Amino acid sequence: MTHTFVGMPPFPTAAREALADTQLRHNLVHATATIRGKRAGVVAEVENWEELRLAGAAVKDRALRGLDERLVQLEESLTARGAVVHWARDAAEANRVVVDVARRHGVDEVVKVKSMVTQEIGLNEALQAAGIAAWETDLAELIVQLGGDLPSHILVPAIHRNRAEIRDIFRRRMAEAGRPAPADLSDDPAALAAAARAHLREKFLRARMAVSGANFAVADTGTLVVVESEGNGRMCLTLPDVLVSVVGIEKVVPTWAELDPLLRLLPRSSTGERMNPYTSTWSGVTPGDGPQEVHVVLLDNGRTRALADDVGRQALRCIRCSACLNVCPVYERVGGHAYGSVYPGPIGAILNPLLKGTGDPQTDSLPYASSLCGACFEACPVRIDIPEVLVHLRSKVVDGHREDRVPKPEAIAMRSAAWTLSRGPRLGFAERLTGTGLGVARRFGAARWTSARDLPAAPRESFRAWWRRTDGRLDDSGG
Amino acid sequence: MTPVVEVRRAQRGASKPARDEILGRVRSALAGVEPDREPVAAPPGVRAADLVARFAERVADYRATVVHRAPGDVAVSVAAALPSGARVVVPPGLPDDLRAAVAGAVVDDGLSAAELDEIDAVVTCCRVAIAETGTIVLDHAPDQGRRAVTLVPDRHVCVVRAHQVVADVPDAVAVLDPERPLTWISGPSATSDIELDRVEGVHGPRVLHVIVVEETG
Ligand code: SF4
Repeated sequence: MTHTFVGMPPFPTAAREALADTQLRHNLVHATATIRGKRAGVVAEVENWEELRLAGAAVKDRALRGLDERLVQLEESLTARGAVVHWARDAAEANRVVVDVARRHGVDEVVKVKSMVTQEIGLNEALQAAGIAAWETDLAELIVQLGGDLPSHILVPAIHRNRAEIRDIFRRRMAEAGRPAPADLSDDPAALAAAARAHLREKFLRARMAVSGANFAVADTGTLVVVESEGNGRMCLTLPDVLVSVVGIEKVVPTWAELDPLLRLLPRSSTGERMNPYTSTWSGVTPGDGPQEVHVVLLDNGRTRALADDVGRQALRCIRCSACLNVCPVYERVGGHAYGSVYPGPIGAILNPLLKGTGDPQTDSLPYASSLCGACFEACPVRIDIPEVLVHLRSKVVDGHREDRVPKPEAIAMRSAAWTLSRGPRLGFAERLTGTGLGVARRFGAARWTSARDLPAAPRESFRAWWRRTDGRLDDSGG
Repeated sequence: MTPVVEVRRAQRGASKPARDEILGRVRSALAGVEPDREPVAAPPGVRAADLVARFAERVADYRATVVHRAPGDVAVSVAAALPSGARVVVPPGLPDDLRAAVAGAVVDDGLSAAELDEIDAVVTCCRVAIAETGTIVLDHAPDQGRRAVTLVPDRHVCVVRAHQVVADVPDAVAVLDPERPLTWISGPSATSDIELDRVEGVHGPRVLHVIVVEETG
């Protein structure tokens, strides 16, 4: 039972399938609109939000522009505080480190904190192949894992499931994995959360080893940071004897003080809260408190490829808040699965080709999964200019196909993107975007995409302007 | 447990080629890029006129309980925050006035997770509190206890002294020591994973009870 994105069809095909799924579309529209509204409220409270974004971007840029020195410093400070530092060039190396640690301790299970990077490297499958069960402990990840499917959103990975489906999954599957769901389990979210609490508590209390990612890794102090809501992160980071954290090399923050703007930006951009319920930080081993054996795996897996791209480098600033997903008209329609990666939405459309390189049809279709409306840039707390990188990557894709005699992939991709967007009227796209959305869709429909490097001509009111005016709310569309 | 020193030696040996190659790739990716030497100065945080009032308002927004007390009333109000018959744990360094309020409490001396799971509530102090975000930060000093102590029991009663309340995140980052493990707590644990309905209380304490002690003079 392995669940990976390997072998996913290119974006247009996958998007067509997703568009046919009305439940998914309904859940997505509801979820993205709700989070957008919350985010707008808490961002408006911060008068100097734009300055804060600039500071957040500058901190991550500073870390990236001196990454070699920062990594060496991080290794030193972690080691000085009792952590064991490992380096992994790719997914296989990182997985091997985690499996080796598990084997050395003779464990047959590990508890896991929600972590995109361990999904990226397929860690659960690698552990499974070594006979070690990996228990996801984030509620949404648990739903996804028990349901045997794939996450569809960075922040709310089970956004494609409704409460009745979740109850059914819990009733059918919890017993195989441990403590069964109560026989009379209702589909009330509080009851479902309580069932997850009871099911997972058993695992937390007995687990000897945990695996986490990290939101940030502070170079000068050797501090790792995990930002979460449910407390499952705290459980994993505190109770087991052994902790292994897999950390992408782009997670580095130069100094402890520079963590500040990022901690202000992330919760407001992500869940639309002033602060998330729990943030844990730790620097190596604390005698008598928490895991007494701490490992950190510093992972490349394509990040140095992205770093070498002068335009694309900025994508490594990403703090995985998911704000760009929630404002994206394409994502809202097709959901996360269509992107064929753990990194969906606008950031996925640039990050995947940057990490993997162009040349594969699935990856090559991603930079076209966008209308270049610019809403993602406006929402991004670290000011990643996603449209700029998309255009840059499209030109790379085109350059890679100069010699082809069959139709260029971008031509196919564009026809399909046009199809996706031109379904708009039926999806309420027209009302929501007034004339602009239709204009964009019509332009795509006309297939006058002779140069992949041209931005569409300016419509009557740009999506961005409309967004600024209404924040995507229907009731405000009259201005 | 395998001695960490041995593990480290073995592992670093094994990943040395990976280390050198990654650092080499980073260096060639950054050829011609000048590193920025100066740390980034972030803009100031929000500063409410009345920090304690703002803190209390923001904590309450998370659906945590928050009460204000004069110093003389703290013990009473700690006792009142605990259901009768509750099994209570306290950290070894809890100040005497608070300890007196929970006479029957177990003092943590390294209780196992299973033992903590049998306990209903924990009473602690904190290191700093953030007004703008309604956050309590624990640095797990002796008046707050090990991380597990404030995690496993279902009810957390936390005493915040008014002078511990700072304006916003940058003020907290400035006073916190990153060498200590830190736990930032903003309300009870919560999830919105099911149809985005917020449910308070998943794995961490389902009840957070904050007692703000107003200082006189
Ligand atoms: S690209 Fe920006 S908005 Fe999107 S997830 Fe990353 S940080 Fe958030």
